[in-house]
Amino acid sequence: MTSNRLSGPLDDVAGEAGHADHPPRVGFFTDTSICIGCKACEVACKEWNAVPEDGLDLLGMSFDNTGMLGANSWRHVAFIEQPRALGHQDPGFAGLPTGPTSGDGMADAVGPRLREAERGGSELGTSPLHTPNHTESLGMPAFSRPGEGTGAEGRTDFRWLMASDVCKHCTHAGCLDVCPTGALFRTEFGTVVVQQNICNGCGYCVSGCPYGVIDRRPEDGRAQKCTLCYDRLEGGLEPACAKACPTDSIQFGELDELRERADRRLAQLHDIGVTEARLYGRDPDDGVGGDGAFFLLLDEPEVYGLPPDPVVPTRDAPSMWRHAGAAAAAFALAGIGAFISTAIGGRR
Amino acid sequence: MGSNMAEAHPVGFQWVVEAKSRGARVIHIDPRFTRTSALADTFVPLRAGTDIAFLGGVINHVLTHDLDFREYVRAYTNAAFLVAEGFEDTEDLDGLFSGYDAETGTYGRDLWQYESAEQARTEREGGEGGGDSAMDQERTSPMGHGAAGAPLSGTTGDIAQDPTLQHPRCVFQILKRHFSRYTPEMVERICGTLPGQFREVCEAWTANSNRERTTALVYSVGWTQHSVGAQYIRAGSILQLLLGNIGRPGGGVFALRGHASIQGSTDIPTLFNLLPGYLPMPTAGSHEDLPTYLDDLRSPTQKGYWAGADAYLVSLLKEYFGDNATEGNGYGFDWLPRINGDHGTYRTVMDMVDGKVFGYFLLGQNPAVGSAHGKLQRLGMANLDWLVVRDLAMIESATFWKDSPEVETGEIVPEMCRTEVFFFPAASHVEKEGTFTQTQRMLQWREKAVEPVGDQRSELWFFYHLGRMIRERLAGSTDPRDEPVQKLDWSYAVQGGGAWPEPSAQDVLRRINGYRTDTGEPVGGYTELAADGSTACGCWIYSGVFADGVNQAARRVAHAEQGPYDAEWGWTWPSNRRVLYNRASADPEGRPWSERKKLVWWDAEQGEWTGDDVPDFPKKTPPGFVPPEDATGPDALRGDDAFIMQADGKAWLFAPHGMLDGPLPTHYEPHESPARNLLYGQQGNPTRKVYGRLDNPSNPSPPEAHREVFPFVLTAARLTEHHTAGGMSRQLPYLAELQPELFVEVSPELARIRGLSHLGYAHVVTSRAAVEARVVVTDRMAPLRIDGEVVHQVWLPYHWGGSGLVTGDVVNDLLGVVTDANVFIQESKVATCDVRPGHRPRGAALTAMLAETRARAGVTIETGTTIATAAGVPHLQHTEESS
Repeated sequence: MTSNRLSGPLDDVAGEAGHADHPPRVGFFTDTSICIGCKACEVACKEWNAVPEDGLDLLGMSFDNTGMLGANSWRHVAFIEQPRALGHQDPGFAGLPTGPTSGDGMADAVGPRLREAERGGSELGTSPLHTPNHTESLGMPAFSRPGEGTGAEGRTDFRWLMASDVCKHCTHAGCLDVCPTGALFRTEFGTVVVQQNICNGCGYCVSGCPYGVIDRRPEDGRAQKCTLCYDRLEGGLEPACAKACPTDSIQFGELDELRERADRRLAQLHDIGVTEARLYGRDPDDGVGGDGAFFLLLDEPEVYGLPPDPVVPTRDAPSMWRHAGAAAAAFALAGIGAFISTAIGGRR
Repeated sequence: MGSNMAEAHPVGFQWVVEAKSRGARVIHIDPRFTRTSALADTFVPLRAGTDIAFLGGVINHVLTHDLDFREYVRAYTNAAFLVAEGFEDTEDLDGLFSGYDAETGTYGRDLWQYESAEQARTEREGGEGGGDSAMDQERTSPMGHGAAGAPLSGTTGDIAQDPTLQHPRCVFQILKRHFSRYTPEMVERICGTLPGQFREVCEAWTANSNRERTTALVYSVGWTQHSVGAQYIRAGSILQLLLGNIGRPGGGVFALRGHASIQGSTDIPTLFNLLPGYLPMPTAGSHEDLPTYLDDLRSPTQKGYWAGADAYLVSLLKEYFGDNATEGNGYGFDWLPRINGDHGTYRTVMDMVDGKVFGYFLLGQNPAVGSAHGKLQRLGMANLDWLVVRDLAMIESATFWKDSPEVETGEIVPEMCRTEVFFFPAASHVEKEGTFTQTQRMLQWREKAVEPVGDQRSELWFFYHLGRMIRERLAGSTDPRDEPVQKLDWSYAVQGGGAWPEPSAQDVLRRINGYRTDTGEPVGGYTELAADGSTACGCWIYSGVFADGVNQAARRVAHAEQGPYDAEWGWTWPSNRRVLYNRASADPEGRPWSERKKLVWWDAEQGEWTGDDVPDFPKKTPPGFVPPEDATGPDALRGDDAFIMQADGKAWLFAPHGMLDGPLPTHYEPHESPARNLLYGQQGNPTRKVYGRLDNPSNPSPPEAHREVFPFVLTAARLTEHHTAGGMSRQLPYLAELQPELFVEVSPELARIRGLSHLGYAHVVTSRAAVEARVVVTDRMAPLRIDGEVVHQVWLPYHWGGSGLVTGDVVNDLLGVVTDANVFIQESKVATCDVRPGHRPRGAALTAMLAETRARAGVTIETGTTIATAAGVPHLQHTEESS
């Protein structure tokens, strides 16, 4: 356990940032097991925060036409169609005259476009894409038999996962730590917010975010991301997405309480046989000191487009500094020193 | 079943999620794996259009294994009643009931009657029994009997019955015979549902339906939009009644409505054949005066609350015509319009095409995109003198004359289109005050949040001033046909000044609630209404919503501050009752069936019904009450007549009246089907309305030849991200970007057969149209094995049209018009189609391709019009014009 406040658990994140008398830290617990994929969170977020439309392209990633989080999408609902079972759910396909899964076909059609896009899915939602003509081969798997298959050829297990992603409001926020202007700051609620009138569009935060969340808007270059509805919090309201979520998949509250709630829900799901359920971002010992917005997932994080082991870039800064101090020129040393002191200097 | 609740009713679905977290098991039965299935414990696929076969199978399972809630069934349903001799079932007539007239394609229902106790006695003495009801063959007036079906005279005691349920002609035994052939094997062959899954559903349903447990059934337009739609709901109701799930907490049949306040627009209807509160619209010829109408509506000696229909109707007339309605003029009954046939929306559109209709108002409706057979809709609207469109945006139904697909094919020429279109911008729901009536029959008042912008105005404003101006224009007329308008009481309170003030929605609600005509004091509920002109009431079932002069719909008491049924949140009709027929939540002696499922009960000490909900029963009638012979109305209800609106006080497993297509639900194949009916020679609903016209062609179905031209089952529905015909969503960037383009979902198997690739283009083809869409190949779609043959289903969302931020072909163009005979709802949830790779042809090439396809399928005007195919009746073609 390090004690340098650049990584690891931090009990009073707002206090560390200089908020003397502050409310409890708040956040989101997103229980993806009850997400119905309605995208009300995406719409409510855009309505409240006046986030612009993000492109009118059909992505073909199941029902996901947003792609990923970006400057113009602060909430993103992922849809994953998988040939595997969800707990004891009976998906009803066993015994039907089916052939192999189409999963590869969907991936083959979407994958190359994802690779072409500069920022992955985000670009899918913002820039026009070449739409395949029906005469082009999309690399659909060459199925050995036409028509219907049964038995071993047939697909039986299936599940459809949905999950609303958002800025994690990390305990150790890479974006905030590297921001040279002070545009990014830690609020009294423990959340991380960009001040648009200060941001100079340098873009350090984009590479500083271990989740690929923060993004610059092409029009003015300024960094954009979820504010956890800072203005609503100040007015005693819950964030727009959580307010709009019909099934309470997105739960807003005090982080300590949300963590307890998440632990109970995880135990409940394990009890009813959904053993694949796990919490993501809940652990204060992880690479970002735990997330202010954490999740209950039903598969590996990668399946949802989330990094499996996110680490705040500044975690290794002290050891880098030591090594640098021993070996590097004083010029370089001073540069890093200034950088670090800025990062820990009361803006956290 | 027939519901994609998570996608189409996401806000209501929170309660399903809540129930699931408390241990409820959720089963989703549907043609395709949807976002609802994703959250269900079990998904059960079936072929679109076969739900009655499935439900019939469950009913058969219940009856075969004696799993019905026998005490409930015996006390509260008509299971014990005897049906008169002469009734023949589908078992006897190859899929028809007795009384079928092949000429008209309708039933005479005099052979579906109960046997009266008198008859039973006569028969025992060797006499001749006979039907006692006049043959009321009203082909044109399917809802001619309003909410409660037809009147039945007398009390329950007059109906012959066998409490042991053993008599071969008792409803219970008839039911048993009728469904005996709906075996699990038959369910598998018809629906494609595998026996293991089917058994699982049967076991879950029955295991959770007893004294301690209840099962809720949810359906939506996936059930109603079929040529047998009304019978789908009957089948669900029969099952829920057999299992004791009606009138009890956690039970019920939940009809999720298609839009905000669609419930309200049937309660106070926008339907041609109903008056407010499900009172039937009078029929020309048969309802010459008030007494004749009332006698047809209800028998004066009838039991239950429908006996008060005279008070409801007279109070409605008093509200319409005010002081002009007097006893002497039958309270203005003559001023009500009469119907003389089918004036439903589809008949009306065909009449437009035929030049019989001159003007059309469209309010919050976009038929060019949202109604079946979009082309017919557009051609009809192109042949009017005038068309008024009130909407939030310039929708396709206002611009069809210049940019519809028919302009491209040359079928509409903008310069020659005769229709003059008037577009009025409408105020949205946040720009006006009023109520929404949601799916639970709850009225909720909403305030105006912002002032309407520019010329946008509320519907209330539009109709108030339209009525005012027409009345001014007709004030001096001596033409008798203007009299109804002249005599209207148009004295609605207005707010604000000037020449164009806004009417007070609160005052309208007060008048809907009803008031005493002498003092103007609001009445407390419908039981205070009178047939002598002393009360006025705009909709008797809403009476009470303004009780004590308080807007009850505006109540917002928090959950924590009131009882378990949130009685002070909004107001639910009737009488703020949350569960209808809740007398059935108690046993015949008035005790809750169980502590766990208690709702209302008899308080012997106080001598009245009480409980957590407003009791749906005469408050002081004890459980064991037996009414005197001469009692009528509510006084004639026995202590166990839980179904207080029914003329016999019982829930109807067998419907002796009210249904035009049979007293019991029967599986008929959809109008367009890939399969022969395996149960009977009768293929489709023998009473369905087929509208056989050149502009309404059908794809051939067995026993007709060439079904192979349209080999796939087509079904269409909604996405969460859009609103029906798209007028409220395709214009909005935040919604349009979420589902930006029309797509067609196909299984990997169908993709291989037709050479379709994910995200490529395809076009779906029927005998009416070809619709182009992007292909989405998904595991969520799976083929089924129907009677040994693999059947593929394809699905499209139907939200796109030619205008807005995102555009696309109109999916409803694929459908023809065929309707259920009871309610004239179109069969838009199932048809047949072909799917071909690539873009569709355009312009003249499209017309030619469709003509070629029709020719290949042998489609003529006669195709699909042979509605009777059972043995023993003539197989006549029902066309409206010759080919």
